[in-house]
Amino acid sequence: MEERMMHQVDETVARYGSTDEALVEILRDLSQQAGYLDRPTLAAVAKKLAVPESRVFSVASFYSMISVEPLGKHVIRMCQDAPCHVAGGRKIWETLEQALGIQFGQTTSDGQWTLMPTSCIGLCAVGPVMMIDDEVFGNLTPEKVNEILARYREQDGGAA
Amino acid sequence: MVYRAHILISGDAACIAKGARDVEAALWEAVQELNLKDEVQILEVSSLGHSDQGPEIVIYPDGTDYVNLTPEDAKFIIEEHLLKGRPVERLTYREPPSLPLPPPSEKEVRVVLENVGKIDPENIEDYIAMDGYMALGKVLGEMTPEEVIEELKISGLRGRGGAGFPTWLKWTLARNAPGDMKYVICNGDEGDPGAFMNRSVLEGDPHSVIEGMAIAAYAIGASQGYFYVRAEYPIAIQTLRAAIKQARDYGLLGEHIFGADFSFDLEVRMGAGAFVCGEETALMQSIEGARGMPRTRPPYPATAGLWGNPTNINNVETYANVPKIIHKGGSWFASMGTDKSKGTKTFAIAGKVERTGLIEVPLGMTIREIVYDVGGGVLGGKKFKAVQTGGPMGGCIPEQYLDLPVDYEHLKEVGSMMGSGGFVVMDEDTCMVDIARFFMEFTQDESCGKCVPCRVGTRRMLEILNRICAGEGRPGDIETLEELAVYIRDGSLCGLGQGAPNPVLSTLQYFRDEYEAHIYDKTCPAKVCKGLIEYKINPEACIGCTRCARNCPVNAIEGKPKQTHVIDADICIRCGVCKQVCPVDAVYVE
Amino acid sequence: MKSLEELRKIKERALERRKLAGEGAKSRITVAMGTCGIAAGARDTMKAVLNEIEKRQIADVVVTQTGCMGLCEYEPMVTIKIGEADEVTYGKIDAARIPTLIEKHLLGGEPVAEWQVQTAK
Ligand SMILES: Cc1cc2nc3c(=O)[nH]c(=O)nc-3n(C[C@H](O)[C@H](O)[C@H](O)COP(=O)(O)O)c2cc1C
Ligand code: FES
Repeated sequence: MEERMMHQVDETVARYGSTDEALVEILRDLSQQAGYLDRPTLAAVAKKLAVPESRVFSVASFYSMISVEPLGKHVIRMCQDAPCHVAGGRKIWETLEQALGIQFGQTTSDGQWTLMPTSCIGLCAVGPVMMIDDEVFGNLTPEKVNEILARYREQDGGAA
Repeated sequence: MVYRAHILISGDAACIAKGARDVEAALWEAVQELNLKDEVQILEVSSLGHSDQGPEIVIYPDGTDYVNLTPEDAKFIIEEHLLKGRPVERLTYREPPSLPLPPPSEKEVRVVLENVGKIDPENIEDYIAMDGYMALGKVLGEMTPEEVIEELKISGLRGRGGAGFPTWLKWTLARNAPGDMKYVICNGDEGDPGAFMNRSVLEGDPHSVIEGMAIAAYAIGASQGYFYVRAEYPIAIQTLRAAIKQARDYGLLGEHIFGADFSFDLEVRMGAGAFVCGEETALMQSIEGARGMPRTRPPYPATAGLWGNPTNINNVETYANVPKIIHKGGSWFASMGTDKSKGTKTFAIAGKVERTGLIEVPLGMTIREIVYDVGGGVLGGKKFKAVQTGGPMGGCIPEQYLDLPVDYEHLKEVGSMMGSGGFVVMDEDTCMVDIARFFMEFTQDESCGKCVPCRVGTRRMLEILNRICAGEGRPGDIETLEELAVYIRDGSLCGLGQGAPNPVLSTLQYFRDEYEAHIYDKTCPAKVCKGLIEYKINPEACIGCTRCARNCPVNAIEGKPKQTHVIDADICIRCGVCKQVCPVDAVYVE
Repeated sequence: MKSLEELRKIKERALERRKLAGEGAKSRITVAMGTCGIAAGARDTMKAVLNEIEKRQIADVVVTQTGCMGLCEYEPMVTIKIGEADEVTYGKIDAARIPTLIEKHLLGGEPVAEWQVQTAK
């Protein structure tokens, strides 16, 4: 576990360069890989870049795409801004909460899913919109949401 | 008797003319034949909404809508859908394939968007075919940096990212600033809700921005550039990275471009989800790997920017204009637009208009022309109420200014601003207090919290607006809002706080009566604010189809089939679903 | 890139290719693949185009992609250009509509009027 984390940190830092200017990107990338950044990871990054741990933590906690709390394997970000809301976002919101059995801001107990709101992602014309990790889905209907979730579950090895 | 399913058949005159009676008879027959008559109920209702495609039936509980039926179809549906549980896809109602869309307006002029949607963004040769990189070649081969800046001065190009600062002047400042290491940055953090012009350009014509940045770098004497793009735009980032790689492969980035003594390279930096990072000083903090918090200016980035070095920062669209200006000449560009606002501007036109999407028009076009000619008019022929420009720091412009030319100066005069190009059209059904509340919620949420007026002030304003919308407004609220607005505007560090009160101030200026109605009369004139409205069912019109009761998410509707339904106002959450699903428009708002 | 001359040569070559004749093709199908398109299902549309072309063994068609066409509400959007004729733009083309579109327009030469939309020039 420890070793894997160190390996991930090494690899990511190598990709972006071990300068403190790459800090935001390194943290975002690691956070996406591991779901979140725990204390040991933050410490490892600080050591690697030779910057104070407090600085790493303060940066990590500032940005909404970086998490210092455990997140699910897949993070769903659903747009909560007005244009999407008007286009039927509310129903999608409820469908997601129902399908995953959690509320926005929470993670499922099996660690598969985290549900988060996001602000406008510039796809208002095809709203309502959500992102699952890096993929975008628009013109959502409750049926479509269930289909998409099923597809991810299948890919993840049939874990329901 | 509890039925397993209900079949509603439309008894609309048009449906009957097309044979609804025969279909109904066939339904009865099939139900009898298959012994379903104790499980399935058939009800005739006055209309189901698509009488032009009748005969029409809707089967509940699932709500499947079948149209254009023959008696044979009816029989088949009973067998398949009700007996075997398989809805008959081919007979279901479908949205008409293409909604009647007003044709595009001749008034659009595409400069920045010329190639977007026409070329393959992942193929640099497509861009080159459209004269791409010719401007860079010309600049490096034939022009001095001073001449480049002079051409921009002639063009009159101003920043497209918000404030409208003259681009040539910004470049001159950066050029003249002492320092060996200089940078150019492209601001692609586009975070205004409802805006996506920059994304479209980055995804559709990335090379135009790359070329513009290279020209800027030559003009100010930089050799390194950064793209800052928000992480919510993964596809734009991917396209951009691919484009940069291709430009390198073709020798259009790197050492000695066009054989000249000029080297330039680019890196993409991804934002990590913070709206305030669109502000230039916060953005640079973020590139440097810190929390993205704005700092006071001066010093401006032109003299002390990235790592304290002279830096030129422009918006995506600003850069995308540059190659066109060099290629076709500054005076060509200056021939479009108004006296002080030259060229064209892209807008993401949204809200209640027929043609939403991405448009580009010469600056100085009137709001009326944009809404009615380019936008195809207000959706459903409703009445225009206001347009919101400038994003969350902009303002709402009322009907009396429909003939206002859209340019930097005029928008400011009426209390709004150009911003990055959001253009949200609102009709008579929009509550202006609710809109102001929405934008305040956004800025409050995105405030970075560094300075007190912005952090605390926006929260207080939001609390008051929430109260007003909930029907708990108090005398004096309006005055408090105005005081807070001035305090936040004058005391905040960056444009976010300084602009945050704008939506409230402009709606107070033009729609004060709506605030007063909320506070003193406890009514929402546009019938939007949930605390001030009640959904009711007109007993005369209700046909007892049970559709509303079944769709109500909180079970607030009582009523038996074929009997008038009633909404319990205490349980009702005012979601409006019942109004949407009622086939006979019996639900109304009071 | 060493000179403007070199750039001009690439431009000529690219123009030829865009004119179709340069690639020896008779027609071109373009799928709008901006984020708005992809969110509305453009990837599936693109897959369907490629499948259909393979299934019917159509040889002289170029399949390409482009960015946002400006009418995001009508995504996924597809254009078809045959020979010298004007390009025709279609809106709301999900994967299910591709077989019809290819059969009627690309092979039959008859644009499908009810799916057409007009975008700004
Ligand atoms: C809160 C805030 C958010 C901003 N967001 C953006 C943005 O998303 N994109 C942008 O180009 N400029 C944004 N700006 C303006 C930038 O600070 C800066 O003025 C601009 O990038 C300069 O480029 P221009 O001269 O080409 O307009 C924002 C400003 C503030 C105060
Ligand atoms: S409001 Fe949802 S993407 Fe813009």
